[in-house]
Amino acid sequence: MHGRPRKAPSEEEEEASAVKAAKLRALQSQFLQFHHSKTYTKEAIEVSAQLLQLNPEYYTAWNYRKLAVEHYLSGETNTDTLSESIKSILDEELKVVENALRINYKAYGAWHHRKWVLSKGYSSTDRELKLLAKFQKADARNFHAWNYRRFVTSLTNVPVQEELQYTTEMIYDNFSNYSAWHNRSVLLSHLLKDKVEGYFPKQDVLTEEYEFVRNALFTDPDDQSGWFYHLWLLDQTVRPDHLSVSSWPPHCSNLHFSVDGLLDCCALSPSLLSSGLTFPLILCFSEAVEGINSSTVAIECEYDIINDLIWKPIQANKSGQAHLWMAYLNFPTNGSHPPKIYQVKASIGQSPGIISSSGIFCSHSSCIVFTVSEPPSNLRSGEGYDIERIDWEEENFSLPERHSEDLGLANSFYELRVSEDPKGYEKNIDIIAVEIAYCRELLKEMDCKIGKLTLARLLMAHDELVSYNGENDQKTSSYKEVLELYRDLMILDPPHLQYYKDQYSLVLLRQELSNKESLLKYCRQYGEASSPTKNNCVCLRLDHLSITRIGCIDRLLWVQMLDLSYNELRSIEGLEALQLLCCLNLRNNKLCSFSALEPLKQLKSLKALDISCNEIGGHSVDTRRYLFASPLSHKVGNDWFSDEFSISSADMTNYWEALTVFKGLNLTQLDIKGNPITDEKLKLFFSKILPELKWFDGEKLR
Amino acid sequence: MEDTASYPTIEPSNFDLIVVGTGLPESILAAAASAAGKSVLHIDSNPYYGSHFASLNLQEFTTFLQSQSQSPNSTPAEIQPDSSSEFETVPLATRPMYSSVEIISNSPEDPKVLFCADEMMNLIVKTDIHQYMGAFQSIDGSYVFDGSNGCLRNVPDSRSAIFKDKSLSLAEKNQLMRFFKLVQGHFQSDGGEESKRISEKDLESPFVEFLSQKIGLSEKLKSIILYAIAMADYDQENKEVCKVVLKTKEGIDRLILYHSSIGRFPDAPGAMIYPIYGQGVLLESFCRRAAVKGCTYVLRMPVVGLLVHKDDTSYKGVKLASGQELFGHQLILAPSFILSPGLAHSSPGMQGVKVKVTRGICITKNPLKPEVANCLVFYPPQSLCPDQLTSVRVLQLSSNVKSSPSGMACKLVTRGAALPCPQTQPLPHTLPQRNNQTKATYIPHYPIFSGKFGFGFCSLPQLKEINSESEIN
Repeated sequence: MHGRPRKAPSEEEEEASAVKAAKLRALQSQFLQFHHSKTYTKEAIEVSAQLLQLNPEYYTAWNYRKLAVEHYLSGETNTDTLSESIKSILDEELKVVENALRINYKAYGAWHHRKWVLSKGYSSTDRELKLLAKFQKADARNFHAWNYRRFVTSLTNVPVQEELQYTTEMIYDNFSNYSAWHNRSVLLSHLLKDKVEGYFPKQDVLTEEYEFVRNALFTDPDDQSGWFYHLWLLDQTVRPDHLSVSSWPPHCSNLHFSVDGLLDCCALSPSLLSSGLTFPLILCFSEAVEGINSSTVAIECEYDIINDLIWKPIQANKSGQAHLWMAYLNFPTNGSHPPKIYQVKASIGQSPGIISSSGIFCSHSSCIVFTVSEPPSNLRSGEGYDIERIDWEEENFSLPERHSEDLGLANSFYELRVSEDPKGYEKNIDIIAVEIAYCRELLKEMDCKIGKLTLARLLMAHDELVSYNGENDQKTSSYKEVLELYRDLMILDPPHLQYYKDQYSLVLLRQELSNKESLLKYCRQYGEASSPTKNNCVCLRLDHLSITRIGCIDRLLWVQMLDLSYNELRSIEGLEALQLLCCLNLRNNKLCSFSALEPLKQLKSLKALDISCNEIGGHSVDTRRYLFASPLSHKVGNDWFSDEFSISSADMTNYWEALTVFKGLNLTQLDIKGNPITDEKLKLFFSKILPELKWFDGEKLR
Repeated sequence: MEDTASYPTIEPSNFDLIVVGTGLPESILAAAASAAGKSVLHIDSNPYYGSHFASLNLQEFTTFLQSQSQSPNSTPAEIQPDSSSEFETVPLATRPMYSSVEIISNSPEDPKVLFCADEMMNLIVKTDIHQYMGAFQSIDGSYVFDGSNGCLRNVPDSRSAIFKDKSLSLAEKNQLMRFFKLVQGHFQSDGGEESKRISEKDLESPFVEFLSQKIGLSEKLKSIILYAIAMADYDQENKEVCKVVLKTKEGIDRLILYHSSIGRFPDAPGAMIYPIYGQGVLLESFCRRAAVKGCTYVLRMPVVGLLVHKDDTSYKGVKLASGQELFGHQLILAPSFILSPGLAHSSPGMQGVKVKVTRGICITKNPLKPEVANCLVFYPPQSLCPDQLTSVRVLQLSSNVKSSPSGMACKLVTRGAALPCPQTQPLPHTLPQRNNQTKATYIPHYPIFSGKFGFGFCSLPQLKEINSESEIN
């Protein structure tokens, strides 16, 4: 059924297909006439059956038959013969479907029609299972049949264990069966979730499954189906059964404000409001969660200055879940001497209601406590004073002074656990260790790309589990080996180079940001040598690392100034979490469109952005665009064509991507030179949509 | 000799071809010749079809054995020379019994199973012969005896079998599957990609060396491939006693045959099948096909001699036990006949019998594997005892192939005769007891000429096995 080369049709075949096409056209026009006139006579229905026999993919005909069935069912009034006649009508439908499936057993419409008939509840499911057995014998990997099988078994309440056994048999028959492995993972998920007898504890089940799939992996490592299942098992083994949270401000931190009203010693502060000082409270969860509100996250603060907070998700998915939640805290400036110190305690999971995308309930309350010293009363407003240009030249960066370790960043590694017993992963660690050993054994037998990739994943999983258990020992970490494996894979498997580079980047960032010592190596103090005002902003400089992707975001929540220049970034996904970010350098990367900058839309405090020397405008087709809201979609909002900016319609068409990203940003400085798209028109465009822009490509505006 | 009066007279007395003996090769030739429009006479001295290929019932079989063992060499009847005739009658003797010709293509001494993709099956499919015969039963499993543990293990002969196997280590699974893929690659790249082909030099080397040196397989895997899949007879590791060294080329060919057999027919999951009612139905089907095409059949008709021309001793016809003389352009004799040395074209395979085979038939109440109806079991050399120099093969047939009474299993035991003393050879506990050894396949005879006819006959198969020879002590 698979891997058959397509042959050019012979003359007779072409002739036959022409005859078929003519017949099909004739039937089709006849059928459409009936359909439009809502004719449901025997003759009309017979035409649709003939049509479907010729072309089972013609879903209009399937819909017509549904209408016809409904028509007859509603016309049935004689209650004595009701169920009999319904049954005979539906049996006829099943027959038509069966005939259609004989012609093409992968016709979506046909399978769907069958489901529709079955869900009426008049047909025998035993018959369906027998039919399925035939279909699955003809092609064991037919995913339509597998889908339908799940549907039928759910109707009849076939025990899950029985279906699991069925997948075992199918896999024994031929283990190269994605559908069977997939169904196995679906069924096991149910059994594990419900903790059915014999399927608990989870680790025992996983051990058995690893053993089962291992036979497939060793027998034929070139067959991917087993590896897919292995990956699912790995995910099951590593996935924590607790939620972890990191936050800004971090637990146990003390926030001070300078005379300028600036947070700590940073020149680039969060927004200031006239009534006091406002800064965000950010929670970053290990999984997307929902249900963050003022009752699930309780805030206690002396003097009751913080009332109902409004929590907002950042980059929420369709069901409203997000990794990142944010609320603004507002402190009054009373000018008391000495300044008051407020203690803020945030209790997460105080009342139930937080639930993650994988269904973990946050049931144990946990706390973040930090203090905020009252801002001085002689707070200078940010308005008015001259905005200096941020200059990323090397000479402006110096090694941080000792005391800057007291910055919020020192404690930013604290990971809050929402689990009573964090040390529950020994068994999982053992399982992964066994898998690592087998993987090495396989690689000893033969060189195998997917084996190497799996080994890299296993090693990372091992480290992750160890870190859950709180033993973050650098010595036992296998980062170096993992990086080596990905480097190998880049050479061995060029078609997937980008993926390996991404993984490499994630591992590298994880390693470099995993502890304070290595993190400090990347921290620099920013202060323009020539500037009279001594700025003391800490900049995280992750430049020249060849990274293609950003990761480890939960450790970067504190960052206000970030240098990612001279990397190979194509996307900046994840940066939306850095709500404190003021200055961002993306110079000399591989960003190829404005839409790649979409995460910036969420960064309201961003002031300075350098995207010079990228590839924006260099590619006519943006392959990422499907991820991006088009101007035609309703999601973008209806303020699109407002003449707020008096933008010409030509600009609109040319720069709509830029408009969606930059509209609403408060940039004061933008560097964009060295991109194919750059020209005078663009400069004009930006000066229109960014009213606060002072510096463009190094030149002062206005 | 029976009274000549009881023999019928055969009309006409001239044929294009006279075939004596109704063994499988003779039957195929008779069918082919008839289909080609030749007039053919096919005769056999026995009251049944098949000569040594026949499937006999128990009674017939014991009679057969007794009759043969009483007269190890049939002395040709004295024929009075008839000076008036222009022909001379050369008496025809038969060979001692237990000479038999096998049909399996790669290993003549095997239990009589068919590979789904072998020449015989190709012929059966190509000629539609199967319309005259019953169905086939699949051989559900093959097992290899693990001498160190004294138990039977599944032969990991396919991808799914390797996957399911419980006794191989993971590394062995990997090695074995890679080797199978190598063989497959060699087969598929035939004439194409050179890189996937096994080198000519390697193909000429002994298979056992290729497996251990080039492929680096473990002893266990080597033994499985050599004796349970490639079905080598002699201990390939022991050069002194190994009479037939399997070359890599042959070994690979056997593996390819084995693998292309798996899954050829949807109802036979394994590589091998066995015809229901025994293999005798094969030749009977060919005879039926021949009869449809006009071949004349006469059973219970011994041939006493060949008619040769007095002058140049060229063959002219045969003289029957009835005394009737029949003439034909060509003659095919079953290999069990001995031609007097004076006649030319005597089959070369008759002489120089190198290989002896020991066979045993057991009818037992207990199957080797309770859950499996029909199976093959292999005992590699030295697995039973240190001086076992050849492999022993057992074919278990159950009542679903109608060869043993229901509830009983029938086993055909075959092994090379190089065993020092077959009679006292201890058998492993897993083998059935040998008290019923002389019992044979139990086959109800059924009418031969029935069914639908028509269709032409196609080309002849390669019948290189026709002269191969084996003897039974």
